[in-house]
Amino acid sequence: MNHQRRTVLKGVGSAAAVGVAAAAGLLKPTAVFAADRSAFDAKGVDAVMKALKATGAADSRDIVVKAPDIAENGAVVPVEVTSSIAGTDSIAIIAEKNAFPMVGEFDLSNGAQGFISTRIKLANTSHVRAVVKAGGKVFTAAKEVKVTIGGCGG
Amino acid sequence: MSMTRREFLQVLAAASAAGLVLDSKQVLAGNVPSNFYEIPPYGNVSLLHMTDCHAQLLPIYFREPSVNIGVGGALGKVPHLVGEHLLKHFNIKPNTIEAHAFTYLNFEQAARTYGKVGGFAHLKTLVDRVRASRPGALLMDSGDTWQGSGTALWTKGQDMVEACIELGVNVMSPHWEFTQGAERVMEIVNGDFKKHGIEFLAQNVVTNDFGDQVFKPYVIKTINGVQVAIIGQAFPYTPIANPRYMVPDWSFGIRDDSMQKFVNEARAKGAQVVVVLSHNGMDVDLKMASRVTGIDVIFGGHTHDGVPQPVPVKNAKGVTLVTNAGSNGKFLGVMDFDVKGGKIRGWKYRLVPVFSNLLPADKKMEALIKRVRKPYEAKLNEKLAVTEGLLYRRGNFNGSWDQLIMDAMMQVKGADAAFSPGFRWGTSLLPGDTITMELLLDQTATTYSYSTLTEMTGQTIKDVMEDVCDNLFNPDPYYQQGGDMVRVGGITYALNPYEKMGKRISDLRLKGKPLDPNKTYKVAGWAPVAEGASGTPIWDVVAEYLRTVKTVTPRKLNNPRLIGVKQNDPGIADYTASV
Repeated sequence: MNHQRRTVLKGVGSAAAVGVAAAAGLLKPTAVFAADRSAFDAKGVDAVMKALKATGAADSRDIVVKAPDIAENGAVVPVEVTSSIAGTDSIAIIAEKNAFPMVGEFDLSNGAQGFISTRIKLANTSHVRAVVKAGGKVFTAAKEVKVTIGGCGG
Repeated sequence: MSMTRREFLQVLAAASAAGLVLDSKQVLAGNVPSNFYEIPPYGNVSLLHMTDCHAQLLPIYFREPSVNIGVGGALGKVPHLVGEHLLKHFNIKPNTIEAHAFTYLNFEQAARTYGKVGGFAHLKTLVDRVRASRPGALLMDSGDTWQGSGTALWTKGQDMVEACIELGVNVMSPHWEFTQGAERVMEIVNGDFKKHGIEFLAQNVVTNDFGDQVFKPYVIKTINGVQVAIIGQAFPYTPIANPRYMVPDWSFGIRDDSMQKFVNEARAKGAQVVVVLSHNGMDVDLKMASRVTGIDVIFGGHTHDGVPQPVPVKNAKGVTLVTNAGSNGKFLGVMDFDVKGGKIRGWKYRLVPVFSNLLPADKKMEALIKRVRKPYEAKLNEKLAVTEGLLYRRGNFNGSWDQLIMDAMMQVKGADAAFSPGFRWGTSLLPGDTITMELLLDQTATTYSYSTLTEMTGQTIKDVMEDVCDNLFNPDPYYQQGGDMVRVGGITYALNPYEKMGKRISDLRLKGKPLDPNKTYKVAGWAPVAEGASGTPIWDVVAEYLRTVKTVTPRKLNNPRLIGVKQNDPGIADYTASV
């Protein structure tokens, strides 16, 4: 059955498109990349947080950022963010060490589960930070992902 | 001249081996308990464990490390104990056969006294003996079995597949197996392994697209009426430490959460004993044991630590034992459980060294090995040179084998400097031994052993060294890859294991002059992981050098000057640079 699913989807589009499609089920299609353009142009985490109006966001254990400890390929790093904060309105992802750290902001509506799954590009070893907006408050959590040149293992 | 010198060395060696008694046979008789291989059975469930044999079908020498530094919580703890510190911790008497098996101490003399270790024909005899007193016992292999020799390379691992079938392996988890390519792995798993009922397990390998399991994650076997679950854990960083292009459609990683899920699932299905057959490496296994609950034992490999007794690790719901069973076919782990009323009431573990002089060769296995080697004998037996010094690889920073490979690369390629990967496999040679093509391939045989010559700036050289150093000395084991530091030829440097990434490496110098970050240097290397890499196989480069020099003088190890490491750190001894 898995094999069939893969064959069908290969006919539709690339593996990358599949990832987006899977994630999009939880999103308002028009609201993807809802963040202000200025967040995408900002350099440095502080500037991005400012553009997102998230400066001073409180650290939250109710946000789980799932990403590999070491990236298998820095160009496509799978990242999942789960927010169990009631009334989560949006989840933004920031790759702290990228030249332009803002990756994207996903708006959730009508009580959608606080979950997004996507793939991001990481230039260097970096914290991947999630910023969650819920009921007018901002929360954050991060996970370090190492990007290495590889080789030399055991 | 070289003959005289060789003869002199042989006389010297014989004399030193004799030591207090007259010949090595007497030493053997005096020092080896007559019941060395009598391992009394215990309980009702037995699991035998081997790991990281690296395709060594014949007996070999293997020197355990004298440098194996632990950082963070691992400082001074098992497995980061060497030499006398290890003996003391595990209460092993010095100058005994066990002391020789588990440490580098007095290596040359002891190796001449007790002889070679491992070899599948001798291992087979031991496995059969242990099994005879333990009905239903299973043999588990933590992997790195299909790589490490000329014949494994040329037969695409087929020699090892056949040897493992003959040996009676029941369950396996992988790492270097993947460097035979995804297609070949599947061919073996769905072919010979399936036919002979060998389980190939990996809970942490999933497809890139949907995250579906690629292999069976676990298996439940019934041993004397007790349900035993074995969960497989592949090396989590295979596509990073080895070429990604060989397993392009699969994703790895540690995956604690799915490990927990499978442990719970197995328990729910009635498993009374749950073990993990792991290729994480010991430091990663120790951390995993503290986070995942419900595992009785993790049988580990990858870091090649010969650990005499398991380390108990506490977690939220109990205790998990963590073992590591060395490398190169040198040891067989024997775990006996007493299971009553659905619970483990007691256990006994022994990591049994395989001394080939003390275990007669199994005839069928011997014939199999002869058969698989036959087409390649002439090539394997080519005599390249004689070594005057001890040649070994294992250790955090350098080994005399790597130094020889780098000296050869720099000479043949006209390079300023050289890098050699921090692999932990590779056998040892005693002074006076002939370096054959086979022994050279034991150090170099991979499916991507291209030699390279690259122009690098001083800054790039430092960046590469920092990157690899973090894979070894990151204080969080989940960011470690289980290899040793990249070996560096031509460039001297200082290293502080306790610093942060980017600050561990300092004082880089070429011929005494500080390395210029902007200047370009010619750096020789081998085993690049990037797709599309090419170059003369490294064994051809080194063979060319060896045929020319004919005699290999004792190597001068280019070891880093260590900063921050304490003189009494139990993870370092007899170090040939300042600490």
